[in-house]
Amino acid sequence: MSVDTATVAKIASLARLKVSEAELEAMVPELNGILAWVEQLGEVDVTGVEPMTAVIPNTLRLREDVINADPLTGGDRRDAVLANAPAAQHGFFGVPKVIE
Amino acid sequence: MPNSSNSITDLGVAAIRDGVAAGQFSAVEVAEAFNANVAAAQSALNAFIVATPEKAIEAAKAVDAARSAGQALGPMAGVPIGMKDLFATEGVQTTAASHMLEGFVPRYESTVSRKLWEAGAGMLGKLNLDQFAMGSSNESSYFGNVISPWQRPGSNAQLTPGGSSGGSSAAIAARLAPAATGTDTGGSIRQPAAYTGTVGIKPTYGRCSRWGVVAYASSLDQAGSMARDVTDCAIMLEAMAGFDPKDSTSLDLAVPAWTGSLSGDLRGKRVGIPREYRVDGMPAEVDAIWEQGIAWAKDAGAEVVEVSLPHTRYALAAYYIIAPAEASSNLARYDGVRYGLRDLPDGAGLQNMYAATRAAGFGDEVKRRILIGTYVLSAGFYDAYYTQAQKVRTLISQDFAKAFEQVDVLLTPTAPSAAFALGENVDDPLSMYLNDVFTVPASLAGLPAMSVPAGLDAQGLPLGLQIIGRPLDEQGVLNAGLAIEARAGFTAKPEKWW
Repeated sequence: MSVDTATVAKIASLARLKVSEAELEAMVPELNGILAWVEQLGEVDVTGVEPMTAVIPNTLRLREDVINADPLTGGDRRDAVLANAPAAQHGFFGVPKVIE
Repeated sequence: MPNSSNSITDLGVAAIRDGVAAGQFSAVEVAEAFNANVAAAQSALNAFIVATPEKAIEAAKAVDAARSAGQALGPMAGVPIGMKDLFATEGVQTTAASHMLEGFVPRYESTVSRKLWEAGAGMLGKLNLDQFAMGSSNESSYFGNVISPWQRPGSNAQLTPGGSSGGSSAAIAARLAPAATGTDTGGSIRQPAAYTGTVGIKPTYGRCSRWGVVAYASSLDQAGSMARDVTDCAIMLEAMAGFDPKDSTSLDLAVPAWTGSLSGDLRGKRVGIPREYRVDGMPAEVDAIWEQGIAWAKDAGAEVVEVSLPHTRYALAAYYIIAPAEASSNLARYDGVRYGLRDLPDGAGLQNMYAATRAAGFGDEVKRRILIGTYVLSAGFYDAYYTQAQKVRTLISQDFAKAFEQVDVLLTPTAPSAAFALGENVDDPLSMYLNDVFTVPASLAGLPAMSVPAGLDAQGLPLGLQIIGRPLDEQGVLNAGLAIEARAGFTAKPEKWW
């Protein structure tokens, strides 16, 4: 499988990456080179093989249902959470107008 | 240039800790000596993104005060270290070497760094790396390349310190730090260690908490220790590892006393040599050092057995589907809203702000991997690429499991060559990816693996040997590493030019 300029433009849009025409032109052969190389995986007989989901057997835990069990990841951290926001306002994340 | 062999900055973790405890020198003296080396090398090597000499001194003063008060000292007490700039450090800028996070000052401390500070270590600064840990040469950092302290004789061509933990490897080799943290997704601890004549270990996936570590590919990312010898790596890893309820993939297991159980006696052990690692075009010197390693393992009492890992040749391709897929998902969080860069063109709406922010914030290699990842996860291609890669990953993992029915550890070269010159591979992403050919398979299987310096090539550059162990058998890996280290007698260090 190979990609053309229109496909790369679509992927870039899905990935929310703004790319110029010139960048698109440069990316098409690069991505095709990588995709052609990973095609070799198609040779492998994977009949009956389950896809890997966890390399080391582990079970997902549930934390105790306690408020603020860990103060770092609990509540009352609004100002810390907003401290690195590029445009925090009135205790919220600021974004450009979404609804016309 | 003369380099005093008795200077404090030539000492490793154990020697510094024991010297501080015994009162041979104070922790503050140690911190000052390394702070001075960091400052003097910065313009030439660019190993650090931010130096934090005051943090190193502050931690050292606390250790000296604790010693004066007769209090028990931690296992890293008085040891200043470098912190890869992928670990969130409270109050200190954390960037993942990306413009996207320039100016990001975490309000919390990563679990791994917190454990190191609690063990008595101090922070010399945040170490440079490939942007978002994506790269094998440290040429993708927004804050500039890291330059290896190693040079070819008679040449001042700039060499790579490896990547992505290239700031870590360069700092340790250049005596800017006795040890540093690294992270390894496909070889990012082991390959830089091999390129700089240093030691690095990636533990079993889940041993070290990923909480507070900037995510690249979450099913592969694992923190580890880097230093100048095996014992120092063991001491530091013991301080870093351990269960953390804040990381859902953290293993709820006690940390073994790796350091106390170190033994280079390999009698009764079987060392496997995977025949598929004899790849076409491997330099004769790399092959020769591997043969030497086999002889050393035998000398240490091990029985050496050839084994087969038949799916090895597909590991890199599987990795370069799985890692970008996970990266494209993980890096979706950089949207210009919650933290990091925002690029808001005049009149732009939310979607255009996302796209402009991400275009301005991410470097080329990061964008390449996001695009590949988005493509292989997109409707219609998911099964052909991503599911197929995850199935191949299962086969690679099964190959290792079968090999470990016959042997205790595997011995291979760490990288297919010595360090290359900066710029040499930068225009060809594929040739760059091939650097990870020997390190990626163990990452895909979540296995503990380390690189130990084994010798120099004809150009005087370090070559490393890799030891891969069973899941959770860091001890077996460290012990085999110790046996190799004792026989390699690697004492070479870069001639100081910076």
